[in-house]
Amino acid sequence: MSLSYTVQRSTRASQTSMSLTVVILIILIAAPWWAGRAELRLMVEIFYYLALAQMWSLLAGYGGLVSVGQQAFVGLGGYILFALAAFGGVHPIMALVLAGAITALIAMPTALVAFRLQGAYFAIGTWVIAEVFRLSFAQISALGGGSGMSLPASIVKSIASSRAGREHLVYWVALAIAVAAMALVFFLLRSRWGLAMTAIRDSEPASESLGVETYRTKFIVYVMAAGMTGLVGALIFLQKLRISPDAAFSVQDWTALVIFIVVIGGIGTIEGPILGTIIFFILREFASDWGSWYLILLGGIAVAVMLFAPKGLWGLITARYDVHLFPVGRRLIVNEEKSK
Amino acid sequence: MDWINAILQGILLGGLYALFAAGLSLMFGVMRFVNVAHGDFIVISAYGALIVVAATGVHPLWATFVVVPGMALLGYVGQRILLNRTLGEDILPPLLVTFGFSIIIQNVLLEVFSADSQKLQAGWMETASIPINQSISIGVMPLLIFASALIVIAGLQAFFYKTSLGRVLRATSDDQDTVRLMGANNAKIFGYATAIASAVVGIAGVYLAMRTNFDPSVGPARLLFAFEAVIIGGLGNLWGTLAGGIILGVAQAIGAQIDPGFQILAGHLAFLILLVVKPQGLFPKMKG
Repeated sequence: MSLSYTVQRSTRASQTSMSLTVVILIILIAAPWWAGRAELRLMVEIFYYLALAQMWSLLAGYGGLVSVGQQAFVGLGGYILFALAAFGGVHPIMALVLAGAITALIAMPTALVAFRLQGAYFAIGTWVIAEVFRLSFAQISALGGGSGMSLPASIVKSIASSRAGREHLVYWVALAIAVAAMALVFFLLRSRWGLAMTAIRDSEPASESLGVETYRTKFIVYVMAAGMTGLVGALIFLQKLRISPDAAFSVQDWTALVIFIVVIGGIGTIEGPILGTIIFFILREFASDWGSWYLILLGGIAVAVMLFAPKGLWGLITARYDVHLFPVGRRLIVNEEKSK
Repeated sequence: MDWINAILQGILLGGLYALFAAGLSLMFGVMRFVNVAHGDFIVISAYGALIVVAATGVHPLWATFVVVPGMALLGYVGQRILLNRTLGEDILPPLLVTFGFSIIIQNVLLEVFSADSQKLQAGWMETASIPINQSISIGVMPLLIFASALIVIAGLQAFFYKTSLGRVLRATSDDQDTVRLMGANNAKIFGYATAIASAVVGIAGVYLAMRTNFDPSVGPARLLFAFEAVIIGGLGNLWGTLAGGIILGVAQAIGAQIDPGFQILAGHLAFLILLVVKPQGLFPKMKG
């Protein structure tokens, strides 16, 4: 009896889900023709939380980089958009793309400082860095100092002439960013970088001894996630049309809620953050009037999930049914052949 | 003269930061565990002192005798019931569970005590000062806090190096698994470590309440100050933590002297610069 092996990437479920994804995408692109204004606004919010959740999950779940300072990049993206559009005369959509790129550039020296700390200390270190950005922007009087600024009306009009046109454009940009964030995670995980990241997560010394460049891999993942987070930040404040240091660098809005989404959904998967985002918005529809009790409830659920089901709800589902919607893993199939 | 005064006040402020940091340093030393809700536990202690003072009308310092044992008990029970479950090879569970606690505590305090700023009145202590010369004088309260920090750190140091429980805690810090082989119960040891750390948090909370205004949202900033003091001083070294607290306090005082809006930022920047120059801290005793 001899055994032969094949490495399989996609499963029947993942092949079905890929075609389903295309259908859902077409329906979502057409949303401005079937959804009302309030729904579009809500969907923009869902998209940016989904993108933030994917980025945090990529960092913590694959890169082993647990950050509680992602609000640094949300705020930077937002402020760069406002600065470029209001003072540089750049078209807001162009400024949005540039904001993502510049945020990634700023993340490079930031990473050199943050990477001096390991593990849990890295987490708190990223928080200090985010506070440095918040306090620094509060000192810049051209950007409104501590009270912030609004995007001038002339610039808002330059996005699109009508209000509906603006809202539709922001919606499509948000959809594109959410898709781009998921695509980034998907293709990164399927690339050799993804394999290196998974190896680092499982054992840093072991992967290093096998020739994985751990520092460089982490650096690249950190900078890419920062750039995408900056892009999302630019989108958030393009929708809000107003920015202030406390709103832009809010640890509660841009990191705590995102962590809760990822923890509840499942860290280190593409499906987990999607599930987490859906649960988060359903809960919010029912409980947002409860004020701080809503946050207590959400935090409580996240703590309970972390204690009793550390792989999140998606982890529970895969443990039971073995479904994988996005083929990023590799599975070993053992073929038993009887040889004579 | 203004500058000398600022530096002197900064050194005294550093005593408070060392008290914030001692508990964090101790928990990391024994369990390799960073409590993200550390600052919020300090704020809980401050509200605990507020309740004691409101209920009995005693001077806030007397509240220490209720808050410190209360926090120690809370720390022991919390560690045994919840936090011990999260400890292991993976750093994510303790980090995320305590991060969740941080958000929960802030919002519960907000519901119970509202967002109003609070402060405990310490009577004559608040204004009394010892004049050094015409332009420099030392406040009695900052001096008391600084002296308390010295006593707490000296006490912890003596405990770690002179008692048998201290020896077990140090051994646990060096090698958890071997200590278990020697017959020690890690779950219990971790409970004791957190109880001691929480007692220090209790002292820090009472002083926080006496020295500055506080509200439910000020915890995270205290966590960051404590963290910075620990890293600047070097992991596992309590006297180093005191030095880290003083450096942070002086950096903030100098920043505030330049521009009041620059105080906190100056402290953070000093921390980041030291992190780049001396990543292991000034007086490291263990590796991160």
